[in-house]
Amino acid sequence: MSMYFTKEHEWVKVAGNVGTIGISDHAAHELGDITFVELPKIGTVVTQFGVLGSIESVKAASDIYSPLSGKVLKVNESLETAPEVVNESAEDAAWMAQIEIADEVELKNLMTQEQYYDYLKTL
Amino acid sequence: MQLIYEQSTSGRRGVKLPASDVPAAAALPGALLRAEKAALAEVSELDLVRHFTNLSRRNFSVDTNFYPLGSCTMKYNAKVLENSAALFAPFHPMTALLPGGVEFCQGTLGMLYDLGQLLADITGMDEVTTQPLAGAHGEMTGIMLIAAYHAAKGNRAKKKYVVVPDSSHGTNPASAAIAGYEIITVPTAPYGDMDLELFKKTMSDEVAAVMMTCPNTLGLFNPHIKEISDIAHSFDALMYYDGANLNAIMGKVKPGDVGFDVIHVNLHKTFGTPHGGGGPGSGPVGVKKALIPFLPQPRIIKNGDGRLLLETANQGSIGRTANFFGNFGVMAKAYAYIIMLGREGLIQVSEQAVLNANYIKEKLKGYYDLPYDMTCMHEVVFSASKQMEHGVHAIDIAKFLIDRGYHPPTVYFPMIVKEAIMIEPTETESKATMDAFIEVMIEAARTAESNPQALHDAPLTMPISRLDETKAAREQNVCSVR
Amino acid sequence: MNDSHYCPHTPEEIAEMLSAIGAASVEDLFAPIPTELRAKTLNIPPGMSEFETFSRMQEIAGENVQGITHFIGGGFYDHIIPSVVDHLANRSEFYTAYTPYQPECSQGTLQALFEYQTAICRLTGLDVSNASLYDGGTACAEAAMMALRVTGRNKIVLDGCVSPFSREVLKTYLFNLDVEVVEIAPLDGLLNRSLIADVLDDTVAGVLIQNPNFFGSIEDFSALANQVHSVGALLIGSVYPISLGILKSPGEIGIDIAVGDGQSLGNPLSFGGPSFGFIAAKKTFIRNMPGRIVGETVDRNGKRGFVLTLQAREQHIKRHKATSNICSNQGLCALRGLIFLSSVGKEGLAELARLNRDKAEYAKSLFAEIPGVSVLQSAVTFNEFTIVLPKNADDVVSGLLKKGIAAGVPLGQYYSGLESCMVVTVTEKRTKKKIDQLVDALKTELADVRF
Repeated sequence: MSMYFTKEHEWVKVAGNVGTIGISDHAAHELGDITFVELPKIGTVVTQFGVLGSIESVKAASDIYSPLSGKVLKVNESLETAPEVVNESAEDAAWMAQIEIADEVELKNLMTQEQYYDYLKTL
Repeated sequence: MQLIYEQSTSGRRGVKLPASDVPAAAALPGALLRAEKAALAEVSELDLVRHFTNLSRRNFSVDTNFYPLGSCTMKYNAKVLENSAALFAPFHPMTALLPGGVEFCQGTLGMLYDLGQLLADITGMDEVTTQPLAGAHGEMTGIMLIAAYHAAKGNRAKKKYVVVPDSSHGTNPASAAIAGYEIITVPTAPYGDMDLELFKKTMSDEVAAVMMTCPNTLGLFNPHIKEISDIAHSFDALMYYDGANLNAIMGKVKPGDVGFDVIHVNLHKTFGTPHGGGGPGSGPVGVKKALIPFLPQPRIIKNGDGRLLLETANQGSIGRTANFFGNFGVMAKAYAYIIMLGREGLIQVSEQAVLNANYIKEKLKGYYDLPYDMTCMHEVVFSASKQMEHGVHAIDIAKFLIDRGYHPPTVYFPMIVKEAIMIEPTETESKATMDAFIEVMIEAARTAESNPQALHDAPLTMPISRLDETKAAREQNVCSVR
Repeated sequence: MNDSHYCPHTPEEIAEMLSAIGAASVEDLFAPIPTELRAKTLNIPPGMSEFETFSRMQEIAGENVQGITHFIGGGFYDHIIPSVVDHLANRSEFYTAYTPYQPECSQGTLQALFEYQTAICRLTGLDVSNASLYDGGTACAEAAMMALRVTGRNKIVLDGCVSPFSREVLKTYLFNLDVEVVEIAPLDGLLNRSLIADVLDDTVAGVLIQNPNFFGSIEDFSALANQVHSVGALLIGSVYPISLGILKSPGEIGIDIAVGDGQSLGNPLSFGGPSFGFIAAKKTFIRNMPGRIVGETVDRNGKRGFVLTLQAREQHIKRHKATSNICSNQGLCALRGLIFLSSVGKEGLAELARLNRDKAEYAKSLFAEIPGVSVLQSAVTFNEFTIVLPKNADDVVSGLLKKGIAAGVPLGQYYSGLESCMVVTVTEKRTKKKIDQLVDALKTELADVRF
């Protein structure tokens, strides 16, 4: 399963026409202890780089942008009661939403894992 | 310390109420009554007095500690101001709104009118409304006045944006959002002010207002301010002055002269009224002539005989922004402050506020990184970036200061400075107090190098140390259930 | 020479400081302000001593007519203030501190605000509260904006029985947003139940009622709460805190967000301010609540302590996306409210509420006996009620004001068609003697009316 990243530090794992979305370990570390994750409603249609949800720590708040366009199929409701999972496992257990990918061509606007790690070095 | 509720004993009373001298009324229908009395405290008067007296001792305050909290202007609050405000305690605001009632309130209405005139002169505006209840409330009122101005010209739909620098107070964009505007943020240039070239590119006919704090939150006076206001006006965008930093410039420059059209003034910052542990403040708004028709109602006006009246039926007004006439008690204090200090006193306030900030800047710049090294106004912003090399953050320095009896400066604001330490000494502090503070700041910088752990361990002298803010935010226990 | 004794430096100290800075004069420090922008004049009169200042302030206070007996309310009420309130809230460790950003040296303010939030929750029967808003009117506006955020809808329904001031403030706040405000005209001083049923649908974000309302009437809003919830909207209730000593709490009624003005809790009339606005809500709405919130936590040694929490909702972090623009609140007034409530206590607040109602009922019974005067509605009331006069209420009120009695608030200015009505307020501070005098004065004022 391939993983792609945005400049705003979201990731998407693509399996068939389903994309699973979360924020990167780097973003989770920068935000500090996560206290709240606002998830989209199932059925919401999101556009690439449009707002998918938001995330808060004690001292910061940030929007989560969708790496791809599509329709929200599933959300990780457990994050609503256990936001600390984002700090523990941002790129795995703390996935936030699954979407039905509208257009795979949009993947060209994203970075591969390797490109993302290079990008982080420039920050 | 126990909560007041944890000291309660059923049936205990803190005050005796007057006995009834009228017959008891028939009981209300049961459906309208509460099932159980509200579980308020049940303590004796002495226990109540001890509790709150002991609580008060767990605070740092201007009266007990140097409190150089940047952007907040924590100056000394003269005691005569408290006595002055108490004189007005018995006056009911509805009296002025009764038919013929203004004749019974000429003193209080006159004071509000006169305060408006004094503030108008200090800020270079044509009229001031005293209704807004705090700085942010003034901002919202001011931006609504601007929206009404554009609407009256038929431009409400066209004017969509409010421009703010990235160094602005968070209240600026938040207030503009309530007035229905989208926000454009302009970055700060290396010279410490809003990037002029980027600003020029940002401006268009769609901009309704430009909100500036001048001096800005870095404590710097923008030398291009007149050019900025000329550019804004060329697009019929109005200039909004956030008066949070007015303490730096009284008698030196009037925002109205520089092209600002609307201003709010924080009476609790510049005009010596206390901050009350978070409020009450007061945020009168001054405007240029073109905006007078939109001022909130009731508007206090003076007739030819010098009698005060209330204008209540102006259709163009944005309406009421608060239930009555603003935070009158706060305004009584500010009025007393202005007439007591007078012209020369106010000028001296600004001069010595600026002198004190520059003194601290010079004394500490060898020890802390000064990202914008130039003459500052009433406050100076350092960065703890040098200390970061030893793993010490601005917050650690803040906690070290607490152990030495100083309220910390504002830290982590403005957000454009990494590890910001924003120091505003105000004019009321003596050289001796500042010298002692400077010594402790230097000691903190040295300790950061020699023993960073000591800073991480601070504070050691307080009843509590380093609270778990994450737990508070996740659990949200905001009301005692015990 | 020092013109202000609040600026302490001697000329020698100023010279030393300038030399440390490397500036020749204080004026040099203002060099960043371009010369052509400098102020040319400052037309403020010369200063004076604190003694002269206080005398001037006494003169100003003296220009108001003194000693008026208040039978007026309209949102501000003349209640007793126990002596402890002034003495404790005027401790300068409280009033010269600011927002408790540094919890270790602000536990006094933080714990007091936590206790205040607790008092408001217990009074309103709701789960969460904040560290105060500005006043009752702005609290109504903030609650309406909260309902808009929670529901994602854009219509607010206003009961016309809500204070006209609070309704105006709310409309000012919402004017520039894409929000429709629907007002329901009152029916005999009560909510018009059939009109509200007509407008309630799934586009409504919130319904604002007031209890007791501007006419003084108390209503049972439990059924309305169900109706409002059935369309997915929130019920917002503006309440009078003293009345909650006996009246059904907002939580018991099913109100989602309760607001009100806290002036009656230990804050003087002071010509309209400062007072404070309070807000309380069901826990699920906490992230949409405006303003500062204090939360309980532990320190690194496991000791209980209090901090500002959920700050990521606020303007200094979230900027234009914040839940509100509020920064400074009315913390000291809220502290006065807490001390007041802790002083009168659980039993005392109920007793105070009953006392208010007893006095008002006594006055109401006397008014009902005056020929030509009647009580507007048959609804039950707390400490305010509306009477119908045989002549224009404005004339009656202005006539009685000249005799030193603020007899009531005439309604014609706020409700067309009610020119002969006025709302009379009787708090626990009005003695039987003063009530009797009001009734006698009103009889005299009406003596020229022929039936």
